[in-house]
Amino acid sequence: MKTLRALLRDGRFSLGSVVLLLLVALAVLSFFSPYDPTEWRVVPRDLPPSRQYLLGTNSLGQDVFWLLTFAVRNSIFLAFLASTISRVIALAVGLVSGYSGGIVDRVLMLVNDGFIVVPLLLILVLLAMLVRERLNLPAMALLFGVMGWAFDARFIRSQILSLREREFTYTAILSGTPSLRLIVNEYLLFVVPLTMATLIGNMIWVTGMEVTLAYLGLTDVTIPTLGTMLHFALNYQAVLLGLWWWIFAPIGAAVALFVALYLLSMSISEYLDPRARIQRVGAR
Amino acid sequence: MRFVKRYLIPRLIQYVLVTFFGITLVFFLPRLMPVGPVEKAVASIQARGAYTDPKAAEETVRVLREMYGLDRGLFFQYLSFWRRLFTGDFGPSLVSFPTPVIQLIGASLPWTFGLLFTTTVLVFVIGNFTGALAGYFRQNRALKILDAAAMVLAPMPYYIVAQLLIILFAYLIPVFPVGGGYTIGASVSLSLAFIADVLKHAFLPALSLVLLGVATTHQIMRLIVQGVNEEDYVRYARIAAVRERTIFGKYVMRNAMLPQITRLALSFSGLFGGALVTEVVFAYPGVGLLAYRAILASDYNLIMGITTLSTVALTTSTLLMDLLNPLFDPRIRLI
Repeated sequence: MKTLRALLRDGRFSLGSVVLLLLVALAVLSFFSPYDPTEWRVVPRDLPPSRQYLLGTNSLGQDVFWLLTFAVRNSIFLAFLASTISRVIALAVGLVSGYSGGIVDRVLMLVNDGFIVVPLLLILVLLAMLVRERLNLPAMALLFGVMGWAFDARFIRSQILSLREREFTYTAILSGTPSLRLIVNEYLLFVVPLTMATLIGNMIWVTGMEVTLAYLGLTDVTIPTLGTMLHFALNYQAVLLGLWWWIFAPIGAAVALFVALYLLSMSISEYLDPRARIQRVGAR
Repeated sequence: MRFVKRYLIPRLIQYVLVTFFGITLVFFLPRLMPVGPVEKAVASIQARGAYTDPKAAEETVRVLREMYGLDRGLFFQYLSFWRRLFTGDFGPSLVSFPTPVIQLIGASLPWTFGLLFTTTVLVFVIGNFTGALAGYFRQNRALKILDAAAMVLAPMPYYIVAQLLIILFAYLIPVFPVGGGYTIGASVSLSLAFIADVLKHAFLPALSLVLLGVATTHQIMRLIVQGVNEEDYVRYARIAAVRERTIFGKYVMRNAMLPQITRLALSFSGLFGGALVTEVVFAYPGVGLLAYRAILASDYNLIMGITTLSTVALTTSTLLMDLLNPLFDPRIRLI
């Protein structure tokens, strides 16, 4: 509670949470949608925003507002799931690598650096191309999760390295605490808040990647996400036809989501450790 | 000699290992997928066989099967992958059939390199300068506005900025072309008019990359400078009444630059991903657009070639930065 109050004092944190809550509320609205998002031609086409159609309708005959609620829901869900998967990997690698040191550390960090140097976007594109037809949300989350852990594993490892030099580690070891219990009971508590901060940063990355892949037409475009909405709008030449509401709805929601998450992650990591912020920004 | 032993050789070993592992990843990851890349390519060629030259399709399938050793084990495929890598032979492209992949990449490489090199330099200079100013003069109103702008821009994905720039400067106020590398039909020559044409076409793609790059670099540099500002030697210089400008230029800026130089290689890799999207949005004839075309056509050879070469390019640029580092940081020379 005290932490939350301290965080709320930071303007960036409160602004970020308000925007994020609004987006979540939008996502929750999708459960009350009168239309099925996968169906076309349920409303008149190409209508500008009005009282009946809040954000207008698109050339596929869908209500942009209700479609957007589904898109926001799926995008947030995907980002959260993928980031959780990659956090688990990052935590495991970071903890083991940082604690054991020596040859285990070297090998793990080699794998880690391998993931950092390969052009992830191209690899993701390559993989998405192979499984395009079966790329539903959980599969996509798994794909992003497996690819997006390397930077943060290194970060967690560096934290563990510094924890290992602390007094309490020596006390624990000298009093005969098994290493597993030391890692789980002591270290984990230290790195969990940091991991939470990297979770938000990673959600930005996942959303960006999802939109990029969808933009290139490499995901299952029948699932409404921010990316596929943009994909359809651009493919149906919404800009040239002057259907600005169709293209600005997903762009606006995506920008709001990015900025909200970014503000939150900056504020939280600064609260936890001013130096962490530098690494966070650098981890793009 | 000690420097070579302690710094140079470990770096070189690391370079070789990481490159090796990265390329191994590029090879194995697609093979973990339920659908094999080669089978997929074969299927798509066979499907296309109906309306392309059937002989060419047949030939491609045969070459692919043989080249990837589909009938033999995974290990054999892996070895032959390395052999082809060293000879620079990634096989023929499937889209523009007998043309070798390496030739296609070679043709688009100068475009991407020109774009990336210019933007990297611009981002480095501008971002670090404004970032350092914002970190040092924290009360300045104009710099605070710059901070806010960077805060909003930094998390944006490339294509959104690119798309907005197109809508603004090519559609609403048509001062720049919508896309392409040069006016269609213009003869490629070294005349002034052609160069001007190329620059005009490169302006918007470069602007989108520079805007985002500067925003990120600005934020990081500001934080580093704020950190350096608290150091004892800076406080000491202030107490000794050293001129503000000298403190800023000689003590703060120089020390804050070091991590940024190390980061340069990484930012290059970030820009590389950005360039892929930017090139697609602006139809800029570089490697990114080539990769996009390859994706659309399931041209597996071409994508594999581009991915592998980019991995090598990224590790090599990191190594180069590591090797240049001792020039800037005397502490490393003393190891």
